[in-house]
Amino acid sequence: MGVFDDELKALKERVLKLGSIVENAIRDSVRSLVERDSSLAREVIKKDHQINALEVETDEECIRLIALRQPKAGDLRFITTTMKIITDLERMGDLAEDICERAIELNEEPQLKPYIDIPRMAEIAQGMVRDSLDAFVRGCTKLPYEVIKRDDGVDNLTVQVFNELLFYMIQDPHTTSRAVKLTYIAKYLERIADHATNIAEMVIYMVEGKIIRHMEIPEGE
Amino acid sequence: MQEINKEFRVRSSEFGDKAKFIIEGLNAWFGRNQALKNINMSVKQNEVTAIIGPSGCGKSTFVRCLNRLHEEIIGARCEGRVIFDGKDIYDPDVDPVLIRRRIGMVFQKPNPFPAMTVYENVVAGLILEGRKKKSELDEVVEKFLRLAALWDEVKDKLHQSGARLSSGQQQRLCIARTLAVEPDVILFDEPTSALDPISTAKIEELMQGLKKDYTIVIVTHNMQQAARVSGYTGFFLLGELIEFDRTNKIFTNPANRLTEEYVTGRFG
Repeated sequence: MGVFDDELKALKERVLKLGSIVENAIRDSVRSLVERDSSLAREVIKKDHQINALEVETDEECIRLIALRQPKAGDLRFITTTMKIITDLERMGDLAEDICERAIELNEEPQLKPYIDIPRMAEIAQGMVRDSLDAFVRGCTKLPYEVIKRDDGVDNLTVQVFNELLFYMIQDPHTTSRAVKLTYIAKYLERIADHATNIAEMVIYMVEGKIIRHMEIPEGE
Repeated sequence: MQEINKEFRVRSSEFGDKAKFIIEGLNAWFGRNQALKNINMSVKQNEVTAIIGPSGCGKSTFVRCLNRLHEEIIGARCEGRVIFDGKDIYDPDVDPVLIRRRIGMVFQKPNPFPAMTVYENVVAGLILEGRKKKSELDEVVEKFLRLAALWDEVKDKLHQSGARLSSGQQQRLCIARTLAVEPDVILFDEPTSALDPISTAKIEELMQGLKKDYTIVIVTHNMQQAARVSGYTGFFLLGELIEFDRTNKIFTNPANRLTEEYVTGRFG
């Protein structure tokens, strides 16, 4: 069993590596907007292929382990959860890339307004990614519920950002192009938080064998 | 073991009138060695129930208690209740020979009667009962060889020795022989462990077809096989039933740590 245990450990490390690259991509994408640093944005875009390659490799490793080791019970839940988690991580990488594209466009024009809520959203979303992966590594079920709850905060901020930008657009239609791009960025961050929520839900399945997707979380969990 | 029993998700009551067997407080011994300890479990009718566990865990002894074969070994005995269709098979008024006719068994090593032809093997049980009309026997031979998915392979060899068939064919011949006496239940004790993967697949497929009309209990060392063929699985260890639940549950999220260790291959 030693070899299989080593393989599972290596798989977990791969997911963590992928997770940390994605976390950095999210952080840098928002930094490139806030600090108006388009070269940083281009760097993030250039690095997205790393995320894609690692996702494909990890997926192949999962398929190999299923075929050759016929995992059962906890091992099976770990491997199938890994396969789903990496899809979410890869999508987050794409969204970070999208943020960078909008940031490059926005950095070409004068800044519409001070960025306050968007960095806050990014911070919460990043924390959700970090904590959901931490829960995955530690097999913890308390942390995922906290992550899931934080998603509401991001959703509220998305609405707030949208309303504020709408106000700009109504007052001065010349701001529309920039306001729409910022709205997109808020939406991308909201999607990132949703993917982190997916990971948290899958970690609960991995640990407890309980599927909580599409359910209301009861108070006290 | 009491607290482990509480973890069972499937209770006898869940099967209701679909319970073919209700086993209560079953203990079995070989001389002084206790092979089974207080087994409580039910077997659902028209379902395949797999019994898994490491060597020496009591799984074969368990199925041999279900048709009173265990007591045939010198020094072996058992206690407890095995209620089959509402009647305890260990009641003093029960004839074990009749029980074994209704609860047939297929063993690990194919054991066709070596001096008999394929045809004679299938009808051996009927001839013992005194049924000798040729047209009736011909019909039985074809019907059960077809049911055992063997007819097409042996229809031109019916009067050759059964021992000349391949081992996979011999095992299906033994299944046909078991079916020919029209039992309600078939107990399979490691039926494919001596067979190649193709013969194994044939027998597993056969079991899926048979569960429409029969209740099946299979002892297997092969966890993949248990996962493939059964609806319910019991995990035995050192003579105790550690966990009994739907097969899907056992292989995706077992309740007991010992089951988890066994099915993931980390046992010991």
